[in-house]
Amino acid sequence: MVETKGPAGPPHGPEPSLWPLGFAIGLTVTLVGLVIGSWSAAAVGAVVMVACGFVWMRDAMTGGDSTADAAAQTPGAVAVADDAEEDPELYRRGTFLGLATLGLGGVITGMVALPVAGFAVLPAFVDQGHDEVDIGPIEDYPEGDFVVATFLSNPEQGEVSRRTAYVRNNGLKDGLPSFTILSNRCVHLGCPVQVNGLSLEDQKQQVKIEGGPPVELTPTKAASGFGCPCHGGQYDTEGNRKAGPPVRALDRYRFLIRDGHLVLTEPYSVGEVDGTGSEAVIHAYDWVNPSVHVDGVEAILYPLEPPH
Amino acid sequence: MATAAPPRKRKGKQQQLVGLLLYPLDWLEERSGIVGGVKWFLFRKVPRDSSWWHTLGSATLTAFLVQAGTGVILAMYYKPDPDKAYESIQHITSDLTLGWLVRGMHRWGASVFIILMFFHMARVFLFGAYKYPRELNWLVGAALLITGMLEGFTGYLLPWDQTAYWATVVGININASAPFLGPFIAQFLRGGAEIGADTLARWYALHMLLVPGALFGLIGLHLYLVARLGVSSPPWSRVAAGRERPPEEPNGRTGLTRGKRV
Repeated sequence: MVETKGPAGPPHGPEPSLWPLGFAIGLTVTLVGLVIGSWSAAAVGAVVMVACGFVWMRDAMTGGDSTADAAAQTPGAVAVADDAEEDPELYRRGTFLGLATLGLGGVITGMVALPVAGFAVLPAFVDQGHDEVDIGPIEDYPEGDFVVATFLSNPEQGEVSRRTAYVRNNGLKDGLPSFTILSNRCVHLGCPVQVNGLSLEDQKQQVKIEGGPPVELTPTKAASGFGCPCHGGQYDTEGNRKAGPPVRALDRYRFLIRDGHLVLTEPYSVGEVDGTGSEAVIHAYDWVNPSVHVDGVEAILYPLEPPH
Repeated sequence: MATAAPPRKRKGKQQQLVGLLLYPLDWLEERSGIVGGVKWFLFRKVPRDSSWWHTLGSATLTAFLVQAGTGVILAMYYKPDPDKAYESIQHITSDLTLGWLVRGMHRWGASVFIILMFFHMARVFLFGAYKYPRELNWLVGAALLITGMLEGFTGYLLPWDQTAYWATVVGININASAPFLGPFIAQFLRGGAEIGADTLARWYALHMLLVPGALFGLIGLHLYLVARLGVSSPPWSRVAAGRERPPEEPNGRTGLTRGKRV
């Protein structure tokens, strides 16, 4: 079964051996130990280096016959050696160097490309959050009508962060103030929806906010809902979709009242609203992008939302 | 004999002059092979009945080069900052000498580029020029169309006026409406949960570095394939295309995995 092919073994050179590797490791440990000032590590490295170096030299001088002979006595090992002989290309130096170049090149490329790609993508997804925005004293919001409030959601970024909310004071509910605060961003594709009703531009006022930019308030009269100029989406006064392409009700803002001031905390999305005013039952969801379904069968198409 | 002398003299002069011109080219060719390369690329045989329809690709390339040239100059004056972008565009258009012209070329040239791409694509489709062996070049062309539209999309935000801003809001949210990954693509394009200070700079970088780089690479590949495969004859042509066919192989087509040369 085992055929003999010419002279057994290579004609020159020592057998492959792992001792040089041990020698290299010992040398490395010794040098690292010297650099970091750890005498014990240097000593251990030196011992390993000397021991491996000794055996390496001995094998090299005697030809390392002992292990080769032992292998020759077991038939299985001979068969393996025979396989290697059949395919002399398998472990050639050129192949090894080629693979090593590819591997090292891949590692170096990865070390450069991964952080760069991460920097391109990750800042858009981490540390996202919403500042609280003070939009003025609640007396500036008369009961029953929407007021258009425009404010900077992030004053550090300046005008680019200007946002608009439609704020309606619903009066007291169980002794607590109730507000309906709608985002003006259409949930179809994000255009600014407009009030279907009178916008009292002449009563526009700037409300000074302590420690922040002023808020602009424009009262409205007899709003029957909201309409989007871009693609014709229509909403009622609770933000429910009445017509057009939007896929849910208008987004809203969570709020709190601090020192008599209305403070917006964060936006959230709404499937639909049952009832009106302070009696409304809001089907609320975490904020999602415009055009994303939050309820119904289509919602399974949007299982994940990036962190906002 | 006396009458023949002057022309010969003139001929010698002429040869000397030609040699003077050709010598540096020889020097270049010997060291780089570039003259042969340019000849291979430019001095190709084309079908006898190729027509004006075949110039649409070159026209598209010209439009792209105009965009690249004017874009580089506009970048010297434009400021991709939310507080300054709009003013810098006004400055380019109204104050700077010839700014109106270069911005106008870039603005209208963008539409010309896109329109010519579609005309060129229609020509290739109607002539059947996408068929074997040019299928790969059709695919590269499709990638060029998408990349070119992306270039237009990212450039549209840069004037930073109301149209630009809301068109981009809508465009990003159209991306968000794609199932599963859409919201993530939108957030990447915005550079955050909302359009903010970083969005404009991000789109500026996409518009003038990343996407044009991709366009240049794809155009290079497109042109290489055109030069390698040659121009196809029109479908009504009665003469063969202007390049020699490789000799018929008796055992059918050969390749790395199929057939064997006998």
